[in-house]
Amino acid sequence: MMKVSICIGSSCHIKGSRHIVEDLQYLVSEYSLQDLVELSGTFCMGKCQQGVCITVDGVLHSVSPENVNAFFGKEILAKVS
Amino acid sequence: MKKFDTKVQALKYKVLREAARIAWNGDPEREMLNIPERIIPGKEPTMRCCVYKERAIIAERVKLAAGGSATNPNVIEVIGIACDECPMGGYEVTAACRGCIAHRCEDVCRRGAIMIDADHVAHIDKTKCVECGMCAKVCPYGAILDFTRPCERACKIHAISIGNDSVARIDNDKCIACGACVYQCPWGAIMDKSYILDVIGLLKNAADPARKVYAVVAPSISSQFIYAKLGQVVTGLKRIGFHTVVEAALGADMVALAESKELAEKGLLLSSCCPAFVSYVHKQFPSLVQYISHNLSPAAAISRYIKSVDPSAKTVFIGPCTAKKAEYRDTPAAEYVDAALTFEELQALFDSRDVDIASLEEGVLDNASYYGRIFARSGGLTDAIAQGLKENGITDFELKALRCDGIEEFRAALTRLSRNALNANFEVNFVEGMACVGGCIGGAGCLTHGVKNKLEVDKYGREALEKTIGDAVKALVQK
Repeated sequence: MMKVSICIGSSCHIKGSRHIVEDLQYLVSEYSLQDLVELSGTFCMGKCQQGVCITVDGVLHSVSPENVNAFFGKEILAKVS
Repeated sequence: MKKFDTKVQALKYKVLREAARIAWNGDPEREMLNIPERIIPGKEPTMRCCVYKERAIIAERVKLAAGGSATNPNVIEVIGIACDECPMGGYEVTAACRGCIAHRCEDVCRRGAIMIDADHVAHIDKTKCVECGMCAKVCPYGAILDFTRPCERACKIHAISIGNDSVARIDNDKCIACGACVYQCPWGAIMDKSYILDVIGLLKNAADPARKVYAVVAPSISSQFIYAKLGQVVTGLKRIGFHTVVEAALGADMVALAESKELAEKGLLLSSCCPAFVSYVHKQFPSLVQYISHNLSPAAAISRYIKSVDPSAKTVFIGPCTAKKAEYRDTPAAEYVDAALTFEELQALFDSRDVDIASLEEGVLDNASYYGRIFARSGGLTDAIAQGLKENGITDFELKALRCDGIEEFRAALTRLSRNALNANFEVNFVEGMACVGGCIGGAGCLTHGVKNKLEVDKYGREALEKTIGDAVKALVQK
């Protein structure tokens, strides 16, 4: 199970983490990855400058609402399938 | 800038700050005993008859700062030696009575309690007087005064009486821990137990990633710490060791969505946000307990979420409320919230670490929607429930809300409801119960109570990034 944790703390929230949450939830279900990818939220990873912070199996990524599709393809879809 | 409304608050704060300093750095067992002399130095008394009494009272405050009496289950305690044993005469005719010939006081009194002596001077027969106050209202000289003790007057549930020793007594079976007496006693003789030392214990270990401490702050914070910016308070909280700061208002958003659904299902609901209101229903209207919303209070709801994503997390609620201390110690919500602090205590905590928040850079606080944030003031919850019904697409249910601003209003509402409940003929289907007048911004644990506080809360609400409850809650990824 791939663990994807999205920061929903204030700083990342302002940078659009809610949209990323929605997009990733949509994409995970669109590609039927529910059994392979576990999405979760977290409040602050301590790297607010790099937000929106997302960890994939513990590895930190900096994502924005604009590049979330590319992020999904490269870091999630490509690695689980 | 003034940090507190009263000097009593400032005194209480000094004790909390000193106790906190020792808890951070020193040997609490030994050094706590030195606090009274540190706060009351020298030989000249400034507040009481002698410095020894002043120090003895400070020693009692130190005990409360360290969690208070283990045998008294109430989070609100009377400090017996600090009680000034105020006169307790109720309404009295003072020397200002000129012995006029109109005697409006006599005419207005329905109980025949006013006696006029040979000099036309009025006297009150205490065996007949019911303290209605009409005589005082009609006297053109304002010669009749109410000498009810401030604590008794503040206590709208009548849980305070005078003991045989003339010291105020709290009936724990009635008390709902709203804290009104704490704020109103001019001698500071009633205090809320503090869990500030427990919080310091948590914060000392908070650098360990497996023992992070989350601050869950009430939306009323927007009207507090007015000498600094809210973002600076956030930075200050992180500076003293909190991992991060989360809005209790996001929990309020969760509650508004769930509670509006619950309301439409059940047809009658009493709000569950205000712990003093919930406690009041349990103590005085047991037949209505079944109608209390099953939703957690906002801070507990968001704390449960925090613990679901970070199981080793510790959560500390910071707000204006003394009743929350009881909620997070004595009710099932204690599982989700590890301790509750008031804004007063947070000020002491900042200063115990010499963190001057006004000099810090601004952090950000943005999790909740407008609706979650306005829970802090009377009427906000009702607005959020109306919005929740709308966002849930519930159109076949008409909200008939009764906004109860303070204990006296909800007592009247619950009395009516308990009678009507028998014939199921409810004129109201939702009761918003808030024990403090004005809502949480009127809470006893606020640093200051200002006329602009409601405006501040509304402004803070409008600044929220998310405009709907649903959008704010969408950020919460559910596993």
